[in-house]
Amino acid sequence: MLKIENLCYTAPGEGGDKEIIKNLNLTLEDKSFTVITGPNGGGKTTLAKLIMGLETPTSGSIMWNGQELTGLSVTERARLGVSYGFQQPPRFKGMTVYDLLKIASGRDMGRLECCDYLTQVGLCAKDYVDRDMDDSLSGGEAKRIEIATILAHHGGLMMFDEPEAGIDLWSFSKLTETFGAISRRKEATLIIISHQERLIAQADEIVLIDGGQVAAQGSQEEIYPKIMGQTVSACARMEEQGC
Amino acid sequence: MLNDVVSGVLDQIADGHEFAEDSAVNIRVDGAKAQRRNTKNIEIVTKTDKDGIDVYIAPNTVHGSVHIPVVLTKSGFKDKVYNDFYVGEGAQVEIVAGCGINNCGCDDSQHDGIHTFHIGKNASVVYKEKHYGEGTGTGKRILNPVTEIILEEGASITLDTSQIRGVDDTKRYTKAEVGPGAEIIIQEKLCTHQNQTAVSEMDVFLNGAGAKARVVSRSVAQDSSCQTFYPRVQGNAPCFGHVSCDAIIMGQAKARSIPEIACNDVDATLIHEAAIGRISGEQILKLLTLGLTEEEAEEKILEGFLR
Repeated sequence: MLKIENLCYTAPGEGGDKEIIKNLNLTLEDKSFTVITGPNGGGKTTLAKLIMGLETPTSGSIMWNGQELTGLSVTERARLGVSYGFQQPPRFKGMTVYDLLKIASGRDMGRLECCDYLTQVGLCAKDYVDRDMDDSLSGGEAKRIEIATILAHHGGLMMFDEPEAGIDLWSFSKLTETFGAISRRKEATLIIISHQERLIAQADEIVLIDGGQVAAQGSQEEIYPKIMGQTVSACARMEEQGC
Repeated sequence: MLNDVVSGVLDQIADGHEFAEDSAVNIRVDGAKAQRRNTKNIEIVTKTDKDGIDVYIAPNTVHGSVHIPVVLTKSGFKDKVYNDFYVGEGAQVEIVAGCGINNCGCDDSQHDGIHTFHIGKNASVVYKEKHYGEGTGTGKRILNPVTEIILEEGASITLDTSQIRGVDDTKRYTKAEVGPGAEIIIQEKLCTHQNQTAVSEMDVFLNGAGAKARVVSRSVAQDSSCQTFYPRVQGNAPCFGHVSCDAIIMGQAKARSIPEIACNDVDATLIHEAAIGRISGEQILKLLTLGLTEEEAEEKILEGFLR
């Protein structure tokens, strides 16, 4: 179980400190599939980074399976099964896709298994397994390989940050199947930051984050109308303002 | 019979001290011939006017293989050797060179290998060279290779050179004259540490129509080491050249890249890219999220970069 209590995060900035996460509380059941959604700048990515340890909270608690994470390094969290797929993954000159997936798996994984992970993210394995993880990959290709690293890492908590960004419709369809399969097989607690209806439709639970807080949490049937309501009212306001 | 020190150094520079039966071999230890073997198509001959060898590869040789490692084990020994390669028309050959210095004394050991390649029409050469130093002594391990290449029409060469550890000072100079339709690929890998210095200078002249050059230099400068690169490519005909220099610096290390591309023909296209900087923080973070420590992450990034 992931239990976040009274989490606060203030980021220093040129124009003064900015409170990004404001006393956030959230509990997610073990092996659940949650989509975190909400307006841009609401704190979704920051929350995921705080869980992974890439940012340090100002105060509050993050418990994963009964263990407090806030005092632990990124490496220690990763070894406890916490994983996070970057929104914009870095490139590595000279390192192949196979090398990176082997690192992700933490063992000398065979090529066949590596190819299986690539297939799961909609990539033709034989074309990619020996490719360099450098700038020759398109944004969408790098993103799918990033997702494959999380699958290969096999953590108990998998977080994906806008996995649909930059990915074509056909590959995205394959990805939704993969996320659905992880959820059905109860392989991991799955958190996906997304605005995609198809992912929202698959999730057990939707968490709406706005202004650094949980604005709503519940099933798709409960939350989706609220999101649509907000979207419609926002559109109406924009229309009034002549946008 | 090679002793254990020589065998150990050969393992580092030549991936072993036993060579395939169909390979021509010349092993030089402390300035003298230690082992030689010719094949039907490849003849190695000792020079009579100066120290070194001439290697003759017969025209149309297929899958030819030559190993010419050099090992220095005597502290204070200074060795200068001239090796000339004559590759016949249409031949395909892999030449594996390399020099390893074991210096356990207080005097400087130095090897200057002057290699000249005469590559005939449509011949194809892969040249691999590894430089390595070891030993507990205070004497420096110095390697100053000079490589000159003449490529006739349609010929090609891939130079794969690496200096990974233990060489205190190196000055490398590579010069190539590339004829019509000929191609040169230079892949240079360099890692320096402690107070080591390395200078790599090259001149590539693309003289024939359709000549091509690709230069890829990857280097890592650690501790207080210092590296300088002078890659120069000149296009004197309709040709294509691409130079890419990437360096990672760590600690107090310094790296300079001073490229020059010169087009003397309106149809010459030459490109240069260079980047020097520390390991990106994003790369480290990504590997931390996969369970590696910072040290392990650095090691993996460098391992890939210098592969």
